Amino acid sequence: MKVPLNVKNKMFQKPAKDSDKEFKIGRVNQVKLLSFPYIIWMVGFIIIPLLMILYYGLTDRDNNLTFKNIALISDPINRKALLLALELSLISTIICLLLAYPLAMVLRKNHKTSNSFIVLIIILPMWMNFLLRTIAWQNILEKTGIINSILQFFHLPTLNIINTSAAIILGMVYNFLPFMVLPIYNVLVKVDKDVINAARDLGANGRQTFLKIILPLSIPGVVSGITMVFVPSLTTFVISTILGGSKIVLIGNVIEQQFRLGNWNTGSGLSLVLMVFILFSMAILSKYDKESEGSNLW
Amino acid sequence: MKKKITLILSLVILTFAFLGCKKEEGEKLYVYNWGEYIDPEVLDLFEEETGIDVVYDEFEQNEEMYPKIKADAVQYDVVCPSDYMIQKMIGEGLLAEINFDNVPNIKYIAPEMMESSKTFDAENKYSVPYMWGTLGILYNKTMVDEPIDSWSALFDEKYEGNILMIDSVRDAFGIALEYLGYDLNSVNEAELDEAKALLQKQYPLVQAYVVDQVRDKMIGGEAALGVIYSGEAIYTKRENPDLEYVVPKEGSNQWIDSWVIPKNARNKENAEAFINFLCDPDIALMNFEYITYSTPNEAAREMIEDEDIKNSPVAFPDQTTLDRCTPYQYLGEEIESLYIEKWNDVKSNVE
Repeated sequence: MKVPLNVKNKMFQKPAKDSDKEFKIGRVNQVKLLSFPYIIWMVGFIIIPLLMILYYGLTDRDNNLTFKNIALISDPINRKALLLALELSLISTIICLLLAYPLAMVLRKNHKTSNSFIVLIIILPMWMNFLLRTIAWQNILEKTGIINSILQFFHLPTLNIINTSAAIILGMVYNFLPFMVLPIYNVLVKVDKDVINAARDLGANGRQTFLKIILPLSIPGVVSGITMVFVPSLTTFVISTILGGSKIVLIGNVIEQQFRLGNWNTGSGLSLVLMVFILFSMAILSKYDKESEGSNLW
Repeated sequence: MKKKITLILSLVILTFAFLGCKKEEGEKLYVYNWGEYIDPEVLDLFEEETGIDVVYDEFEQNEEMYPKIKADAVQYDVVCPSDYMIQKMIGEGLLAEINFDNVPNIKYIAPEMMESSKTFDAENKYSVPYMWGTLGILYNKTMVDEPIDSWSALFDEKYEGNILMIDSVRDAFGIALEYLGYDLNSVNEAELDEAKALLQKQYPLVQAYVVDQVRDKMIGGEAALGVIYSGEAIYTKRENPDLEYVVPKEGSNQWIDSWVIPKNARNKENAEAFINFLCDPDIALMNFEYITYSTPNEAAREMIEDEDIKNSPVAFPDQTTLDRCTPYQYLGEEIESLYIEKWNDVKSNVE
């Protein structure tokens, strides 16, 4: 939100004159007006649906208050699905981080040369629909799919990961990797060269510069990257259905099935539990993200 | 400034108001059908002939369609559920009686189909048969050692990773119950538990649980065995001659999908016109040739040119095969949720 910041700065910098004051009030109103569509959007499509989920989650079919829907998370099926979803999304977040950080470092180094091309390559797949890309992975990984046809041609042992957790992790990493690379890259390019040069001047070696300067400064990017990967991975049901062959049931699948079979109350109750996990992880992350106000692009 | 905004706002509101009005024109029909279950050209023809605008939606399982009709959230005028689901919906008073004066083409439907329909619609008042068939195994001749004729192949360890099981609760339990020698409409919990144990033993052997995807996977040679509805067999064999369909010897399910009209349909007469249109022999033939599911329309069957298909034991099985097949019955809400609960246990691989 650049506009309000500018307004604020102006208000603080300029000594107040009467004509100026009127002008400022006009500007502030204008700014408020600009945020009006977003507020309507937020109330209509975020706040109200959330309240509805809360309502459905805490009532039964006859609209009586109950905590049964939330307690259902302790049911063996649901508990297993939640733990498995947590495990798989954690693994894919870590893999994404390990892949994305070095890449972002490389991108930072060739800042001026082939950089925009590489960024384009990362973003390019996102121009295609997410569902299509996941179905494409199904065709690639299948028993008679592209990878196995090539392996068979060279008489190599075939790869059988379709319909396993490994395929789901692959799908998550593939789909969400750009969301990890871009925030980290955005933070890293903003690290001032002079800061690094100063560190080197003062005798820090490469490792020290990285650990004491670059890494701490890049934490906001890492944090938003982790959020952007972890949350959609935890709640996905499409990737697990397509690449897991309905054999691997994640909490997203359980919730989707409840809604599809018309059990809105149970589905909402389980969604509330999942939301607690998401808010909890975001609370932990935001602890590391305190100093980064404003630089958080995502 | 304020005036300008008021002006813009009122303009926006007016535009929406006009857009809202526009919708009222023209006759509409809201159709809710199984996925890939009609020749799209038939819909165009119907629109052309009657001037009624068709809004068409699809579902993949009866259990997915039911809550939408029950909640009345989307007002469908004509729906195509299966037998046991129709029985449930009639019982709950969700369906309207069809005025057969508006459906004269009902005379083309085979009398034995109307007779079979009585298992779920006792007086033939609520439903008009659309397609029918059996449940069976589609197997790839090049990938199995012996001709398949029993459900036992689906539980055979030598086909590990080569089995595509059906992701539909009644069908999956129906198979297990038939294999164990029980009735596929069993309400005995001990029998259901036995069936569940069998399906759990099958879990590690299964490559994937699918419904619509089984067709393409079998054509692509992705698995040796797949559970499939008979209507897909002709199409898959056409695409891949190695595929063969069989109704296992232990017995199976014979099903009928019929058109029904929900009680609070807004365009009931349009719905009846639509059903009548689909019963027209030429249209029924078009549909049959497109989706290859067995048509209950006698006149349409007579017009099939390809003798092999006209007398195909897959599309139109003989009486001895049909004697082995039982239609599903609606078992009541309690038993139904018992089935669903046990099926979820199987798929999540928990005890």
